[in-house]
Amino acid sequence: MSFAFWSAADTARRVAAGEVTATQITDAALTRIETIDDQLGAFLAVDTDGALAAAAEVDRRRAANQPLGPLAGVPIALKDVLVTRGLATTAGSKILEGWIPPYDAHVVEKLRAADAIVVGKVNCDEFAMGSSTENSAYKPTRNPWNPARVPGGSSGGSSAAVAAGLCAASLGTDTGGSIRQPASLCGVVGLKPTYGRVSRWGVVAFASSLDQVGPLTRTVADAALVLHAIAGFDPRDSTSLEAPVTGLLESLTGDVRGLRIGLPQEYFEAMDDDVRAAIAQTAAALIERGAETVDLSLPHTHLALPAYYLIAPAEASSNLARFDGVRYGRRVEAGDLTEMYAKTRGAGFGPEVKRRIMLGTYALRSGYYDAYYKKAQQIRTLIKRDFDRAFRYCDVILTPTTPTPAFAFGAKATPFDMYLADVFTLSCNLAGLPGISVPCGLARDGLPIGAQLLGRPLDEPTLLRAGAVIEAAVGLGDRRPAIGGAA
Amino acid sequence: MPELTRKEVEEIALLARLHLAPDEIERMQRELGAILEHFAAIASVDTSSVPAMTHAVPMDLRMRVDVPEPSLPAEVALANAPRRDGDLIVVPSSIAPARSGTGTEP
Repeated sequence: MSFAFWSAADTARRVAAGEVTATQITDAALTRIETIDDQLGAFLAVDTDGALAAAAEVDRRRAANQPLGPLAGVPIALKDVLVTRGLATTAGSKILEGWIPPYDAHVVEKLRAADAIVVGKVNCDEFAMGSSTENSAYKPTRNPWNPARVPGGSSGGSSAAVAAGLCAASLGTDTGGSIRQPASLCGVVGLKPTYGRVSRWGVVAFASSLDQVGPLTRTVADAALVLHAIAGFDPRDSTSLEAPVTGLLESLTGDVRGLRIGLPQEYFEAMDDDVRAAIAQTAAALIERGAETVDLSLPHTHLALPAYYLIAPAEASSNLARFDGVRYGRRVEAGDLTEMYAKTRGAGFGPEVKRRIMLGTYALRSGYYDAYYKKAQQIRTLIKRDFDRAFRYCDVILTPTTPTPAFAFGAKATPFDMYLADVFTLSCNLAGLPGISVPCGLARDGLPIGAQLLGRPLDEPTLLRAGAVIEAAVGLGDRRPAIGGAA
Repeated sequence: MPELTRKEVEEIALLARLHLAPDEIERMQRELGAILEHFAAIASVDTSSVPAMTHAVPMDLRMRVDVPEPSLPAEVALANAPRRDGDLIVVPSSIAPARSGTGTEP
């Protein structure tokens, strides 16, 4: 029997029912990683011993008739920006090569408490900066649907591993689209929660006012299940929301009658023809099931990209100051302290991270602060106001997740060309809203297309409800990728 | 917005404590210049009456109660230090040329 494409919900239910053991599931996942990941390059570290020990503990508790958590026996991979006690965490960077964190991130604690099995750490763009995982300092990750194409990024290892059935779910982080964009490109579900919904404790920080952790899964129901497990207040994150976690597991009613779907004109100007057709088909499917569409405008959308690429690098330039070769990570010795900092950072950071540190330092510099950083923060207010106004007329907003399906390695000629890959996903982070990408068909060349839904703050339940209807109507069904899909 | 000069790139790199090789400085000047050109659009937006947003969700930053709590034991916290001497982390001098260090590799 192959467990490879079992959903997380099915896996946990069958483990709890005693139909299969957590050890059998974990063994199978580790074997698939060993045999398939050479073609994919999703994993940076596999925790064989830790995963088998956790599975044995779940099985022991099951045998002793003790209660099991909601993710009992579910193999989960973690983006390598989430710190794991005793398990190397690199953030895709050479500056952290060999670093063994002394603690688990809040979300990792929550997953372990839910009896999930952490199978390993997966690849990403260095410090989560990128849209293709090409910026990883370690290796490229390939798109399981077509190995000549990128898996998206920055959570490209997370999306590829789930799409190819190497694990039932994964966690990613999303600062400007880094969960939703790779989910879209790999044909899986990716959910970026409301800012503050999930604790950032133990997340290697990129841009603290934008970063959120969220699930990548093969079904919308699994996204609800994993989010339910990781969400909630954590006093160790000063921006963690104290709001209760409710309505996620009850959200999948299949009923979208009367739901008002906003279609913002600014998101339908330039995109691939197949993407346009798939989103039109998605909207039609929602209308057929009783939803209504509302044409609307988010007039400051064109300013989101410059605002984001000033704010995120500015925050990154500050956050990444901690990588100085003193307390952990790589050090390049030098004659005095300042030179040691500069040489360590010059040798440890890759080109895109250096570019963003430079851009951020430039934007925060005395004399330029008002023209760049402050201006970008004011534009952020305008973008948030656009959404506040839009949600008076609609309940969710439907857009494509990306302008095109997965692109080829090396296809983006300049850094700015790569930045444009995030053009539909950035605004959501600037406004702090929840967003989900749900597969909504394949392009003519067989690559997945994702539909993005954006919602009001803390209204993940409505995103999940509408997302599940999209999944049932125009999702990928049993269609599976070239790598891993035959299992 | 003015063009980015090589001198500015060198100044920013110094502020960022980031050593760049000569070819990196040239590339950075070219690439950052091109990126900033794309951002010129924001200058013409009238934001004179718009407050700057610092956080997406309105909230007051919470302060923790000022009570000591257990923290990582020193040995655990220091386990990843590139260079240490007992419970101390060894770094080169910040004010004068370094003498040969007394630290030991972990």
